[in-house]
Amino acid sequence: MHTILDILDILHTYGLQLLIGEFPHGPLGGLALTLILAVTGLVCAFPLAVLFGIARTSTVRWVAWPAGAIVHTLRGLPVLMLIFWAYFIVPLLTGKSISGTTTVICALVAYETAFLGEVIKAGIQAIPQGQVEASRSLGMSYFTTLREVVLPQALFNMIPSILNQLISLIKNTSLAYIISVNELTYAAYQVNAQLLTKPFQVYFLLAMTYFVLCYLLSSLVGLAERRIKLKRQFRSL
Amino acid sequence: MIRFNNVNKWYGDYHALRGVNEEIKRGEVVIVCGPSGSGKSTLIRTINRLEPINDGHIYVDGQDVHGNGVDINRLRSRIGFVFQSFNLFPHMSVERNVMLATMRVLKLSEKAARDSAMALLEKVGLAGKAQSYPGQLSGGQQQRVAIARALAMKPPVMLFDEPTSALDPEMVGEVLQVMKQLAAEGMTMVCVTHEMGFAREVADRLIFMADGQVLERATPQDFFERPQHERARKFVADIRHA
Repeated sequence: MHTILDILDILHTYGLQLLIGEFPHGPLGGLALTLILAVTGLVCAFPLAVLFGIARTSTVRWVAWPAGAIVHTLRGLPVLMLIFWAYFIVPLLTGKSISGTTTVICALVAYETAFLGEVIKAGIQAIPQGQVEASRSLGMSYFTTLREVVLPQALFNMIPSILNQLISLIKNTSLAYIISVNELTYAAYQVNAQLLTKPFQVYFLLAMTYFVLCYLLSSLVGLAERRIKLKRQFRSL
Repeated sequence: MIRFNNVNKWYGDYHALRGVNEEIKRGEVVIVCGPSGSGKSTLIRTINRLEPINDGHIYVDGQDVHGNGVDINRLRSRIGFVFQSFNLFPHMSVERNVMLATMRVLKLSEKAARDSAMALLEKVGLAGKAQSYPGQLSGGQQQRVAIARALAMKPPVMLFDEPTSALDPEMVGEVLQVMKQLAAEGMTMVCVTHEMGFAREVADRLIFMADGQVLERATPQDFFERPQHERARKFVADIRHA
């Protein structure tokens, strides 16, 4: 009972800080920043992932092989390491220092390009060969076939997987804490540092927030799956 | 129109086409038949390079289909191909299926493409289904749309790879009817099929294949009544009992 009251008390005092950081008097943070990191990461990674998915299914070896090498490298590294790398390497490459938020987005985009690229590759490979043959035998080029026939079907089928990637990204944004980006986990860490005596309550609240968010998104994935199945059934009545 | 010049194809060690020499003239309707695994589907798929060949040449309208530097997309747009499994695009309406390549390859305007698609759907008796999706049509209707889609490119030659084999028996007739009409209009056609009645009625010539070789060439009448080769006799007896 005490614990619940403590949590309510923390929410009352620090709720806004956990939700949006110091905004509007300072930089945006908390849960809002967590969502921005995840969504920006996914949106920026998406076009790259489509390119990688296409390259990975290419029969041209000098396209497929380098794409495969990059994907396997990125998939073999922990996100935390990618964040460290982005933190040290991007300023070296560009010659100017970048904010922690940008660093994390760069790392998440690199990571997500590799994973989402594999999702899209699988989606492309799941399209029956007959679809490609029908399109090509009408005289449509490889790229027209991709754009008009393969990708519209593959990406539609992959909507649930893409949403699943968003869930995975939301959880991975918590690693931004390591370079002091004020997203939800770092915000909770700071609240805990101020309170000192209530780590269980603070981190329980943190866990619940991630859980509820991801649970809601999982439900959305389920909904999307049912809608897609329905649409297929309607089209094949 | 189509000429096979000593064509050989291997799948690994398996010799799928053995020295095929054939010529199909403009306006001819040629049936290709034979037991399964005889290479007939492989043969028809080499004509528009859906299958590569290892040796020899195939000429369509004087162009070497498998030669270097051939504009394969342009060539394919002039060879209509109808598949056993229809392969309509499931995410597009029937009308869109027929319009797509005319807009993307022939660069027709949306309006011209729609007019041409509607005329062809009318021709195959499916104008009323223009806004339906392929999955909402019966197999016979889907195959008629697939024929309309191929015809939209106005190809001088049409290839059919077992167009009625995936259909329920009561739907075979409506597809053959469309094909008969095409033949009557003078379309050059190569058709892999076991439909004896259709062959007798519309085909000028029949090619019998077994083990990747052409074993017999005859008129459909002669072939079904007096098959010469031993394999052909067995084949005719088998499909009569089916």
